[in-house]
Amino acid sequence: MEIKFTDANFDAEVKNYTDGPVLVDFFAPWCGPCQMMAPIIEELANEVAGTGIKVGKLNVDEEQAKAQDYGVMSIPTIIIFKNGQAQETLVGVQDKDSLKQKLESLK
Amino acid sequence: MDKYDVIIIGGACAGMSAALYTSRRALKTLVVTTTIGGQLALTTEVENYPGILSVTGPELARKLKEQAEKSGAMIKIGQALDVIKAEDGYVIKTSIGDFEAKAVILAFGLKQRQIGVPGEKELTGRGVAYCATCDAPFFKNKKVGVVGGGNSAFDAAEYLSRIASEVHLFVRSDKYRAEQTLVNAVQQAKNIVIHNYTDIKEFIGSNKLEKVMLVNNQSNEKSELALDGVFIEIGWESQTKKIGGVADLVKLDERGYVVVDNQSRTSTPGIYAAGDVTDTPFKQAVISAGEGAKAAMSAAKYLQQLTGVGGSEELRPDWVNAKRK
Repeated sequence: MEIKFTDANFDAEVKNYTDGPVLVDFFAPWCGPCQMMAPIIEELANEVAGTGIKVGKLNVDEEQAKAQDYGVMSIPTIIIFKNGQAQETLVGVQDKDSLKQKLESLK
Repeated sequence: MDKYDVIIIGGACAGMSAALYTSRRALKTLVVTTTIGGQLALTTEVENYPGILSVTGPELARKLKEQAEKSGAMIKIGQALDVIKAEDGYVIKTSIGDFEAKAVILAFGLKQRQIGVPGEKELTGRGVAYCATCDAPFFKNKKVGVVGGGNSAFDAAEYLSRIASEVHLFVRSDKYRAEQTLVNAVQQAKNIVIHNYTDIKEFIGSNKLEKVMLVNNQSNEKSELALDGVFIEIGWESQTKKIGGVADLVKLDERGYVVVDNQSRTSTPGIYAAGDVTDTPFKQAVISAGEGAKAAMSAAKYLQQLTGVGGSEELRPDWVNAKRK
């Protein structure tokens, strides 16, 4: 299952997590390309379950602080973190396999 | 290498509709697509798809995908890179691997046009944006620009004027292609400034967009303007030359659209095309869906003659088959 990241749990779930890479999909429910990403994120989350890799979404419509901190100005934006540091920022719809490869290379 | 009867490149109206039809003919079908729904998924309300009073673009896109999958099509997210003629059909090289098919349907539509100036690519997602309905909320009370002279640009400017503090609309000439009601709305908005005969020459900013370099294309006078965001709304373009092999295998018109006959056949046997990728003059969801079905049936007919796959009997309309069951 994908994780629901929020401004409140971000530090615990992303910043201070050291057991593997964390993928955060900054999205909003009204955005068409974000809706295209939704099933891809869901499948990805299921496929990496139990490997230490975390995959989840942050709704920028509900919470803006973290999106602002990381300079998100376009959705969907995907940021992959490792040991609390942003490693890669991807803007727009991405394919599942290349996201998975990136995550596995950061394990 | 995974082998299919039909590979469809593109997963919007034309591609999903083609997949529905080929898989219902029991043809092993793969859809390779970068998006689910393409342009359709960027549309807010769709009210001109027959039989459906009103639906959002992403919702219709999702239903098209579900229906194609339910009928047996395999759908994979990936970028097609090359179409290569093989002994027994075609090899499609993609970002997620290579696949082989006896017939190919090109249905990858159009791509949003970029200006192609320095800084544009680097600052995409950092102030340079292509989807006003997606990204407008990030520019609340900020200064933004919109590039373009058609409906989508005027629509974006009008929408942004209700969110941003100031909107600058850059138009290449003084002729607007947008509908008059939209032009009136933009001209009446107090916080929209229209810059005629103006092109953006460069997007400037270190980590995010800070300003743009403008040039008046009549006087060649240059100027800079500080902006937090710029929305590029200059239409859609063919990407047939961006997927290797397509331009060599099938005939294109001068704009790069695939030339098809009234049975969706391209100039090469075994390759079909449907929807906005073709030279059809009308870019509409319902037209693409219809063309997708047409391309699928032509491909099925071709495969039947080639291999007998898809039934050894002559193709019959669906209702004939239904009656026999």
